[in-house]
Amino acid sequence: MIQGTWIVQCGGVGMVAQLTALERTYAAIILVCVICVGVAMAVAGRGDLMAAHGWIVALFGMVVMALLLRGIDAPDPWEERFREYYDDPTKVGIILSLIWGVIGMFVGVWVAALLAWPDLTFDAAWASFGRLRPVHTSGVIFGFGGNALIATSFHVLQRTTRARLPDQLSPWFVLLGYNLFCVLAATGYLMGLTQSKEYAEPEWYADLWLVIVWVVYFLIYLRTLARRREPHIYVANWYYMAFILVVAILHIVNNLAVPVSIGHAKSYSLFSGVQDAMTQWWYGHNAVAFFLTAGFLGMLYYYLPKRAGRPIYSYRMSIISFWGITFMYMWAGSHHLHYTALPHWVQTLGMVFSLVLLVPSWASAGNALLTLNGAWHKVRDDAVLRFMMLAAIFYGIATFEGSFMAIRAVNSLSHYTDWTVGHVHAGALGWVAMITFGSLYALVPWMWKRPALYSARLVEVHFWLALAGTVVYVFAMWNSGITQGLMWRTYDQNGTLAYSFIDTLVAMHPYYIARTVGGLLFLAGAVVAFYNIWMTISRPAPVDEGAAADLPVEPPAPRAWAQAGE
Amino acid sequence: MSFDHDTVTGFAKSFGLFYLIAMSIGVIIYAYWPANRKQFDHAAHSIISDDEDRPCP
Repeated sequence: MIQGTWIVQCGGVGMVAQLTALERTYAAIILVCVICVGVAMAVAGRGDLMAAHGWIVALFGMVVMALLLRGIDAPDPWEERFREYYDDPTKVGIILSLIWGVIGMFVGVWVAALLAWPDLTFDAAWASFGRLRPVHTSGVIFGFGGNALIATSFHVLQRTTRARLPDQLSPWFVLLGYNLFCVLAATGYLMGLTQSKEYAEPEWYADLWLVIVWVVYFLIYLRTLARRREPHIYVANWYYMAFILVVAILHIVNNLAVPVSIGHAKSYSLFSGVQDAMTQWWYGHNAVAFFLTAGFLGMLYYYLPKRAGRPIYSYRMSIISFWGITFMYMWAGSHHLHYTALPHWVQTLGMVFSLVLLVPSWASAGNALLTLNGAWHKVRDDAVLRFMMLAAIFYGIATFEGSFMAIRAVNSLSHYTDWTVGHVHAGALGWVAMITFGSLYALVPWMWKRPALYSARLVEVHFWLALAGTVVYVFAMWNSGITQGLMWRTYDQNGTLAYSFIDTLVAMHPYYIARTVGGLLFLAGAVVAFYNIWMTISRPAPVDEGAAADLPVEPPAPRAWAQAGE
Repeated sequence: MSFDHDTVTGFAKSFGLFYLIAMSIGVIIYAYWPANRKQFDHAAHSIISDDEDRPCP
């Protein structure tokens, strides 16, 4: 709702007017196709949950069409536009990312509370834990993280290649098409649609749509790189490219499935048994590697040096760790299947590669921190840079913990316990969300040509809320997980289990409450970020539009505005 | 030699070691090749310059 109003009021017509008449025509044709496919799904899938998704697709197409029609007869944009980068999709992507972030984190707090107080389902099927949890995971990973990756990748790609995006339609296709996928995912879970593969829950038609979107995304990258004016491709782009390419491979292979019929949402995986488990965790772990690590390392390698005003400490080390991360991570997935029917040597392979992975991971974290060495006064004064520093620290912590937990003997204690949940959140809150918020805070004033954010003080507030929330969350889950793991393996003198499952639940209850509090603090920080960025955007620009177009976009001097907010 | 499970795993267990070692050596040579130093330095410094605020004409 807010998002629609924002696009209409602030950007809608102006952004449509930036498209050429030909691009507007193509956009209309694509949208007619999307609406037709939606209606066809609704007709073919009548009597099945797929019909609801058909109507959602059609409605989504109609809303975008309505926005397009408002500016369809605008004059062609000036040739002048080729002297500027194309940033409209990045701006919308930032807003969408923040909206998904707040929704996804809210649902996260809700499912955390459900574990402490199970009555919070309010007797509604859609609000059961099994349906809300994927809304949380997909909402934060794909909605918040994915939109931030798309938005920042378009920004970084253009600046580091010194080339404009190849056209103005395909970035919109990627951004809006991707969000359609996210909407189908979240609404499907609430209706009970899932193919029961973690982080790959959406059904076959949503998966097929994402393949189309993703191929266009990769082509934008290749086409822009082909037009680049810098001979060397900056390392951040390598990470973004690895993210796009490998996620495409993972997504296609893991989602190979045969639908019951063309009008039926349910499908059956091409794999079964332990092969299915291995394929899923090859996918699952590499989703962590290439979606949640490689993509965000791309962000780190651009926005951290940029914000600190210092080149990356060792460019060579960034190259070596890039190849290390891409080629080692591929083999680590089997550590999710210790002590299962998976052949022992495959488990060992996953364990060994997880340990070796510590080298390139710490090389990246160390490279980031050494870049800041000598600029600690900036880290002290500038909360935006501090977000990025904290992200690098948590990246180091989470990758060490991950390698440690992949060791078979450690895994026998940690697996299936809340320790895993704590580990994931050390990475997701401490690394992914911190680097995202830091990068978005840096990016917003540049994109909207504002001298600084609305409030530096609110960034400080957010920083401490986010740090406190993460620490509370992770410590609660470490305690809970290790308690749980130890209780599961404690035997009495007679050789029987000392504790029942209910005993462990009672022991975990206080930690579940603490986890909810930690998550709530983190959510509060995200709401503060949304407000701060919203106010930055809606505050009038300091100089008139005509003059602003001729001004180079200076990154704000951190020191000056940090003082202003103090 | 028949193309069975043992052949495939045998190949995977041996070949993987060698291609990963070869790739590591290749990457290190590329990263430390003296002639590459200039373009790496240029890339590292170019993102923090203000020149990149506009596409090349």
